[in-house]
Amino acid sequence: MMDLSPLWITFKISLVATAIVFVTGLLLAWGITNLKKGKAVIDAVLSLPLVLPPTVMGFLILISVGTNSFIGKFLDTFGMKLVFTWQGAAVAAAVVSFPVMYRGIRGALEQVDPTVIQAGRTLGLSEFKIMRKVMFPMATPGILASVVLSFARCLGEFGATLMVAGNIPGKTRTMSVAVYTAMQGGDRELAYKWVAIIVCYSLIILVVMNCLPSLRRSRR
Amino acid sequence: MKTLKVDIRKKCGDFLLVSKFETSEDRFALLGASGSGKSMTLKCIAGIEKPDEGSIVLGDRVLFDAKKKINLPPRMRRVGYLFQNYALFPNMTAFDNINIVSGDPIRTHELLDKFNIGNIADLKPSKMSGGQCQRVALARMLASNPEVMLFDEPFSALDNYMHTIIEREIMDILSEFKGPSVLVSHDRNEVYRMCDSIGVMDNGTLVEVQDKETFFTCPSSVVAARLTGCKNITRLEPDGFASDWGIKLELPDLKESIKYAGYRAHYFEMTDSEHKGDPGVFEVQVERVIDDTFSRVIVFRQKGYESESSDSILTYITGKDTSVDDVKFLKIIPEKLMLFEV
Repeated sequence: MMDLSPLWITFKISLVATAIVFVTGLLLAWGITNLKKGKAVIDAVLSLPLVLPPTVMGFLILISVGTNSFIGKFLDTFGMKLVFTWQGAAVAAAVVSFPVMYRGIRGALEQVDPTVIQAGRTLGLSEFKIMRKVMFPMATPGILASVVLSFARCLGEFGATLMVAGNIPGKTRTMSVAVYTAMQGGDRELAYKWVAIIVCYSLIILVVMNCLPSLRRSRR
Repeated sequence: MKTLKVDIRKKCGDFLLVSKFETSEDRFALLGASGSGKSMTLKCIAGIEKPDEGSIVLGDRVLFDAKKKINLPPRMRRVGYLFQNYALFPNMTAFDNINIVSGDPIRTHELLDKFNIGNIADLKPSKMSGGQCQRVALARMLASNPEVMLFDEPFSALDNYMHTIIEREIMDILSEFKGPSVLVSHDRNEVYRMCDSIGVMDNGTLVEVQDKETFFTCPSSVVAARLTGCKNITRLEPDGFASDWGIKLELPDLKESIKYAGYRAHYFEMTDSEHKGDPGVFEVQVERVIDDTFSRVIVFRQKGYESESSDSILTYITGKDTSVDDVKFLKIIPEKLMLFEV
């Protein structure tokens, strides 16, 4: 019987990471669409993880949350460590998948007809209410697609996770790392198995995402 | 009573908006061709667009003042804005569209009843007709208790029949409403029916403000005359020669500053050949005949006269039998000529 722990670990990490980027991505995307100046620069900074090599991202995360860093010391007072823990892997996955979520949601929000938002303003609704009751519901299909896509991105995360969380069996070994380890150890059969699982997993996610537009149409 | 004072300038690329007017309880209209800055003026009043200079004051409240750096956000202005495309919240039912603004279900039901849309309370905008959407938008605007009402071409997306009905409903609302209102339109008839005073916008500038009777009887510029529906406009030479029509007009004491003349189509009189040579009578040739629903438009051209401008036509509305290339005699009554400096 093969050790299935990488599957559960990956799942746990992806869920937590997606939750983190959902909240941060949503708020930042909304904040950026309301911004008048400096949009281009801030957007570029937020999208950086999309283009930087995973090793660079992992390196930067290590520096900023490592035991000697300010954040690391702060977390240490609560007895929490990010380096070589699954929580650290979740942070790495979150950072790497953040641009996917942020850009997707931002696109969805920008698709919302601006006159509807202007109408809301002239009618005396607060910005927060417009966001909650008008913008987000109208952008829901796009937001859902971004959630699914960033979840998928988390599943496939390898480089940054390996650098931050390492490769501890049963603790931080994710599926993608498991494939790497199996190949390194010459266990082709195990590598095949994990590859098959990952392909199936990813396919299912993409099919779900493709079904979202029809979901939206039937709801109209 | 509350007065709305607008005095703004805004530059958008090559386009310069200069808008200055004042209106209190009367119903004010901004009339102008598309792209003349009418909607932009409304958007500045509502706070959707920010002017570069000037001020907007409503009663004793300053909505915008560039010098004092005051720019109230739209939600604080209490300016009702009826959008051209209704701008309903597509994810909400008619009831929710109104209720999110009124915050009071009882009030929402009152408004639904007032506009006879109780039967579509549970429908979303995508399932409603244009007229129903416009009613929901009106009800929703009233739910916000505005102090000013702005109407941005509210009938442009409605068919003729619905236009008439919604227009009447808007007039009912306006007669109950104690505050200024501004209607933006390019339709002179609509403006005449609905408003008391009229501001003409031309290429971003509010040219003049007049009460509607003066505006329609003696418009003060070519632009205004065109907007009132005058189709016959010609350039005028100092000796009274109408260079676009090819006709010498009998205009004693013509002031030098007068550069244009206009004449309404229905003031032309058709006479026969025995009046040939009389003052004000000239010979024309029928260029084309256009049948309208209840009238006939005949386009004349001065016989043998070629002008480089497209204004070199005279139109005359009549029911009489006419066919192309007929030669006719038209009489101009000098008192009905409108003269313009610009």
